[in-house]
Amino acid sequence: MAMQIEFVSPEDILYSGEGTQVVARTRGGGELAFLTGHEPFIGSLVPCEVRVTEASGDVKRFAVRGGFVSVTRAEVTVLSEAAIPAGDIDVSQAQADLAAAQAAEVENPEDPYAREDRVWAELRLQAAGQGDASVAH
Amino acid sequence: MELIAATRVARAQQRARAARPYAEQLTSVIENLAAGGAEVDHPLLREVENVERVAFVVCAGDRGLAGPYNSAVLRMAEREIQALRADGGDYKILAIGKKVDDYFSFRRYNVDTAFVGFTDNPTYENAREIAQRVRQLFDSGEVDQVELLYTEFISLGTQSPVVRRFLPLESTAVMAEAGGGDGAALAGFSFEPSAEGVLQDLLPRYVEARLFAALLDSAASEHANRQRAMKAATDNAEELIVKLSRAMNRVRQESITTEIMEIVGGAEALGSDDDEKTFHEPMPAGDAGHIMTGAD
Repeated sequence: MAMQIEFVSPEDILYSGEGTQVVARTRGGGELAFLTGHEPFIGSLVPCEVRVTEASGDVKRFAVRGGFVSVTRAEVTVLSEAAIPAGDIDVSQAQADLAAAQAAEVENPEDPYAREDRVWAELRLQAAGQGDASVAH
Repeated sequence: MELIAATRVARAQQRARAARPYAEQLTSVIENLAAGGAEVDHPLLREVENVERVAFVVCAGDRGLAGPYNSAVLRMAEREIQALRADGGDYKILAIGKKVDDYFSFRRYNVDTAFVGFTDNPTYENAREIAQRVRQLFDSGEVDQVELLYTEFISLGTQSPVVRRFLPLESTAVMAEAGGGDGAALAGFSFEPSAEGVLQDLLPRYVEARLFAALLDSAASEHANRQRAMKAATDNAEELIVKLSRAMNRVRQESITTEIMEIVGGAEALGSDDDEKTFHEPMPAGDAGHIMTGAD
């Protein structure tokens, strides 16, 4: 049985479709999988990769910059400032962001915003399959 | 320019619509939290009894030619600030839009930070940037309260400047009510890590989302005002063209008439010399006649 899955950002609805499973990482709860008929649930997400199994059986991966997941029996809604399908990640942009965030962190190690930016840049690179090790070709 | 503004209003409205699901979802999460009775001691909820230092977040435009759009917000902001100062309070201004920065900097008001260059098409990133500064001021206790001044987009024909208390936030119950949700909070939600934990994460995002909504409303209002102003300008210009064309025609007609009069006058003057000859010649005859009658 399929459920309605939506990714909502402050600017737009990023994704809307039917699927059978959503896997996300909540703060404190580790990775959780939601199937159709999950009990009503609201969780804080850490920046993570969210995997959606569509009705067709395809798995879609999204880099999600934290936020919330709200689950009712027939719906899963991911609320996030940014959620990018793995295929659409701009690798050079992410690398530039990573460099900028690292520089900001060196300057002020206490800056929570810099750390957040760095984590987000790293996550995008990882989701795009461009982890640190595989950058140079 | 009227047509450009018209398409931009449509786009700004479209963006405001697109932003609504997120705000609604956030509100519904808050409703569910409120139904679960979650209240936390969060810095964003910290109320101060004697509010002395207030930050004013003033949203207007980067550009003029938008009718009363900028001046209405600026006047309202100035009134608020004067009222606060009359009560002995201190203030800071966060200027959003070049016109706001120009206005208050020129009058030597205390402008803390100016955010410019995006008012006609704001992004969430802009809202985050502003929210960051607002929270720095509020969290550090530099200000006790934050007021948000912007132009509410009610309809295409109506936009009005408003002052809203921004921080500290109201309690979750009030937020849920003010959010205009359907109140259909489902009991029995489970929360991860906990209701309080979710709320901790949620409040800063709620702040950003509210700020973003205000920016979008302001942008739509700016374009609507500009469209009206430009329409009025076009109408006035057309009226003026008609009026001036008439004036021009009249002046031209007058000058032609004068010229004709001069020519006629000149011709008459010249002709009258001839006339004197042609007309006065028979005079002797008349005289003769007179003589003749006299001879009777």
